[in-house]
Amino acid sequence: MIATERRDTLRRRLWQARWCYLFILPGVVLAVLFSLWPIVASGYYSFFDWDGISKAMYYIGLGNYQELIHDPYFWGAFGRSFLFMAVTVPVEVGLGLALAIVLNDRALRLAPIYRTLFFLPVVMTTAIMSIVMQFVFSPYTYQGVVNQALIDLHILGRPVGWLANPQTVLWTAMAIFVWKWVGQPMVYWLAALQTVPSELHEAARVDGARGWQIARSITAPMVAPFGAIIALIIAVGNLNVFAFLEALTGGGPYFSSETMELYIYRMAFGASMGSVGTTTRLGYASAAAIFFGICVILIALPQIGLLSVFQRRQIAVGRRGLT
Amino acid sequence: MIAERLRIVAQPGLRVRRGRLRRSQIRRYVTYVVLTAVCFIWIYPILWMLSSSIKPLGEFFSGLSLIPQQVDFQNYVQAWQQANIGPDFINSVIVSVSGVLIVLFVSSTMGYALGRYRFPGRKVILAFLGVLVFIPQTYTIIPIFDLITNMHLDGNLFGIILAESGSANIIIILLFAGYFSQIPKELEEAATVDGAGFFRTFWQIMLPVAKPVIATGIILQFIASWNDFLIPLVLTLSQPALRTVAVGVYFLQGVNEVNWTELSAASSIALLPVIIVFLFLQRYFVEGIAAAVKQ
Repeated sequence: MIATERRDTLRRRLWQARWCYLFILPGVVLAVLFSLWPIVASGYYSFFDWDGISKAMYYIGLGNYQELIHDPYFWGAFGRSFLFMAVTVPVEVGLGLALAIVLNDRALRLAPIYRTLFFLPVVMTTAIMSIVMQFVFSPYTYQGVVNQALIDLHILGRPVGWLANPQTVLWTAMAIFVWKWVGQPMVYWLAALQTVPSELHEAARVDGARGWQIARSITAPMVAPFGAIIALIIAVGNLNVFAFLEALTGGGPYFSSETMELYIYRMAFGASMGSVGTTTRLGYASAAAIFFGICVILIALPQIGLLSVFQRRQIAVGRRGLT
Repeated sequence: MIAERLRIVAQPGLRVRRGRLRRSQIRRYVTYVVLTAVCFIWIYPILWMLSSSIKPLGEFFSGLSLIPQQVDFQNYVQAWQQANIGPDFINSVIVSVSGVLIVLFVSSTMGYALGRYRFPGRKVILAFLGVLVFIPQTYTIIPIFDLITNMHLDGNLFGIILAESGSANIIIILLFAGYFSQIPKELEEAATVDGAGFFRTFWQIMLPVAKPVIATGIILQFIASWNDFLIPLVLTLSQPALRTVAVGVYFLQGVNEVNWTELSAASSIALLPVIIVFLFLQRYFVEGIAAAVKQ
């Protein structure tokens, strides 16, 4: 009796919400087709030897994964992806905070103009900015403005092949990446800083606190909870470096700037570009994607957990401070 | 404690002295000078690209200067015609405008249902959307490529449009959901009294109120579509005629006859729409991404 009644109410609730389901249908269909299905399909493909063009798919079990863990190029790209994140995320978040603190000053009337200019690279088409940067960092003096400027300032004696040297390419790429994206954490931090009531600052100033004392004892504790979420958003964003690196270095020279995304792309579509590799290997590339994805989740999960605990405590402290 | 400090602030004319004011003024000027210098270096690459695009080739080798001695729009003509950036540009316009329309439709309806109503399955869908934010494009590109090929959409722009609108609108859905959930109930009740049904309430009452989010959505999606690289790259590998402008410029650099001045003109053509859209509508854009952090 009760069970059927409950089923009835559920059915009635479903029927009442029929318009809601109709409204979410297009979005759900798109998300399933282009987000959920690709994850499932990648897992499935990863067990096959498949070139993606012919109909023939050969089931090889964990064969792709076995090959993967013995591939030095895979591990090279794997390490570089994590190195890229480990360097760019803190630098971007820190530099963004510094810019935000400078620009948050009420006395700076022109701050919005500077904010716009620092943010401008963020909205520029990544692939095209990377191509422009190839010329900016070019070793040929008549093109590379960086080399030319450094030589004019007598910092360098002769031009450096910033992007042509396997020793410097990844670091140069990281620097350009930070230049391209630092506007994003800056805007996030500005939003966070604006939650700090300006009365607090004035009160502290009247008490005789100096700029950096105010920053340390009032601003820092109040915006710290945002820091965790900003770092997380930036970290997730920095997993997407394909357009940036593919157009800047193509993973070269000699694969020295190849990250996981470029490796997957090279394995999957490299042959159709007529570059390295002779066949397209979609099964193998899918295995690399799945393997790396699982590693990222395993590494990220405990940190997200830690961050949320930290954040909750920070918010609690912040509230106590206010009352 | 803070209340005490606030009381001190409230007392007028306390410790503001002449000397301190002047010092803070000087400090402000120093900040301006430093900021201007840093900013100039920051956007120098963009200015350099724009200035090279109107320099004749011979002058380009002349150095760091941004001001051309001679203005020449020949590079633009060549990029548009010989380097084939014209058709690519039109492809980009079609892809971005259609992407904006599809994404606006999909995310406003979905955001409305999710933000305004409680129904079975709502939390599951919200959690599902939250997880999807974290998946990088490259890790899903192989099945998307396969799917578009199997749907026989790989011969036209619609495949690119669909793949792009399918994978990048979660933030916009959440913005719509947040906005719709804050609209007062009275507005809706008035509509119901007037006899408006679910759809008419949404279309005639709710959607017009949500103009700020619509503006943010248009800008976010336009810039995302215009800048997208991986999906158009992979889906046009065998179809150069369907290339968007980002992919077109990318393939230009491999062509031997193309020199930097021409490439910079092509890049400027490709970047101009985003620069214009951003500079004129940046308020909505910045507010949109800042709102993402608060959620």
